[in-house]
Amino acid sequence: MKLKLSAPIPAGLKPQPRRPGEKDPGAAGAAKEAGISAVDWLDERTSLSGAARWMMFRKVPKGTNWFYTLGSATMIAFLSQAVTGVFLAMYYRPSAAEAYESVRYITNEAFLGEFVRGMHKWGSTVMVILVFLHMGRTYFFGAYKYPRELNWVVGAVLLVLTMLMSFTGYLLPFDQKSYWATIVGVNINGTGPLVGPYLNDFLLAGPDFGATTLSRFYAIHMMLVPGLIAALIGAHLYLVAKLGTTAPPWLKAEKDPELRKESA
Amino acid sequence: MNRQQKEEYLREYAILKAQGKPFFPYAVAKDAIMAVIVMAVIITMSIVLGAELGPKADPTTTTYVPRPEWYFYFLFELLRIIKPDYLVPLATLGIPTICLILLFLLPFFDRGPERRPEKRPLATSFGIFVIAAMAYLTYLGASAGSPTEIELETPKAVRSQGGEVLAQFEAGRAVAAQSGCLACHKFGENGNDGPGPELTHIGERMYPESIRRTLINPTSPMPSFKDLPEDKFNDLVVFLSNLK
Ligand code: HEC
Ligand code: HEM
Repeated sequence: MKLKLSAPIPAGLKPQPRRPGEKDPGAAGAAKEAGISAVDWLDERTSLSGAARWMMFRKVPKGTNWFYTLGSATMIAFLSQAVTGVFLAMYYRPSAAEAYESVRYITNEAFLGEFVRGMHKWGSTVMVILVFLHMGRTYFFGAYKYPRELNWVVGAVLLVLTMLMSFTGYLLPFDQKSYWATIVGVNINGTGPLVGPYLNDFLLAGPDFGATTLSRFYAIHMMLVPGLIAALIGAHLYLVAKLGTTAPPWLKAEKDPELRKESA
Repeated sequence: MNRQQKEEYLREYAILKAQGKPFFPYAVAKDAIMAVIVMAVIITMSIVLGAELGPKADPTTTTYVPRPEWYFYFLFELLRIIKPDYLVPLATLGIPTICLILLFLLPFFDRGPERRPEKRPLATSFGIFVIAAMAYLTYLGASAGSPTEIELETPKAVRSQGGEVLAQFEAGRAVAAQSGCLACHKFGENGNDGPGPELTHIGERMYPESIRRTLINPTSPMPSFKDLPEDKFNDLVVFLSNLK
């Protein structure tokens, strides 16, 4: 299959010539013109409109239902985490001595601090639930089968990364709960086959929970993994757009009369 | 799927797709509604449930019983259910690793052309089984008490002595269970294996006096228990020194 970047533009978005006798559109019309010419300017230099049209005006098969929104819902949860995370990062200090105090400041003193922290905390729960629901949907619909195998694999990596996010994020408030839970988690990890101990050395920045462990978790949590997730969501969506979303498995195509004529 | 089935699928799919609607605005509208719901849920949870912050992390007090975030309960529970030593590596990473590998490879071993869930009884029932198992383990994890009990048979010597010693032994067992020893030590099949040594037979290795000294003046990271009330401390020592 060749990559086709020119999807048809819907009629509503095509430029319409002014009909004879129509009034001059005035200021609103001028604004519209300006908008269009700005887009034109951008497109002339980037050719992005083809890609945008390819993404937005592709067809989704008949019968697409609410279950198909779970993937984009996961993405919204991820974006929410990204935005709230940026605000938290403005106040958070990733050192064993200061972390707790900075989170306390966020929670009790910063303007809307507890609200933003709450969104980030509960957003992680929502995102994990949505990832699992989305995975369940693709599993039960057999959406991982030919030709979408690769997209399943990309999705599975996203699942692992999402869990890694919540594991590394749990330590950051540095209260008793997060500290001891992380110790246990790391201990569990260390018993793993083959790579377990090495993975631990990497996570902890040394053989034991030490002074740099927290900042390492922080770097993993806010740079490394989110970057990977964002990139992989991009790949995931590219494949979705290229291959098209599945039709619900129960749907059978009624033969299009046009097509029947053709094959006859 | 063989070649013919693949082509058939692609043909069928092309028709279904051609009969469908454009992504924008139809699917986008649904996605947008869903996005609003997701954000509303997150905001509501944040307002209603807030963001608590416990006491500051303190590597020396362990009365806190470590619990992971709830969606890791199923892993944690697996660890608790499978207690015999030689099976623990299997529980902690063996089973999760195998599950993960199966997850990644799923599209490469399930390659039949059938997609309807009711026509794929094996895949569908396996999926339901995994969901049920994870839900059950999560439920167990959520309702599990903290490991503040030490299930160990009372040694014969203690039982035959009875009276004072037996009472102190049982009291000491409770003290040990509630003082966080389990976070670092293992008694029989209870508690964490490390960072401290297993204490199941500590009475064989140490005299009561040296146990006393260890509890008052331990090597880090073990916290000192010199602040325990006198009687509790004595019970604890009796308990430990009789573990043979
Ligand atoms: C923070 C983790 C931690 C906690 C909690 C803890 N210990 Fe320890 N304990 C250790 C470590 C580590 C050692 C080994 C120290 C060493 O090798 O010198 C140890 C050693 C011991 C020893 C000596 C064992 C030997 O074979 O030498 C005894 C006895 C002991 N602990 C009893 C207890 C009791 C009883 C409690 C609860 C009241 C307790 N510990 C709580 C970490 C802990
Ligand atoms: C960060 C996490 C994820 C995001 C943001 C995401 C996003 C999306 C989106 C927007 C779609 C379009 C169709 C739909 O919404 O159902 C999709 C499809 C798909 N996803 Fe995901 N996904 C994620 C994780 C996963 C996981 C964990 C899996 C499975 C292991 C997975 C497997 C798939 C498959 C197979 C499709 C194609 C479905 C079809 O064509 O019907 N994704 N994903």
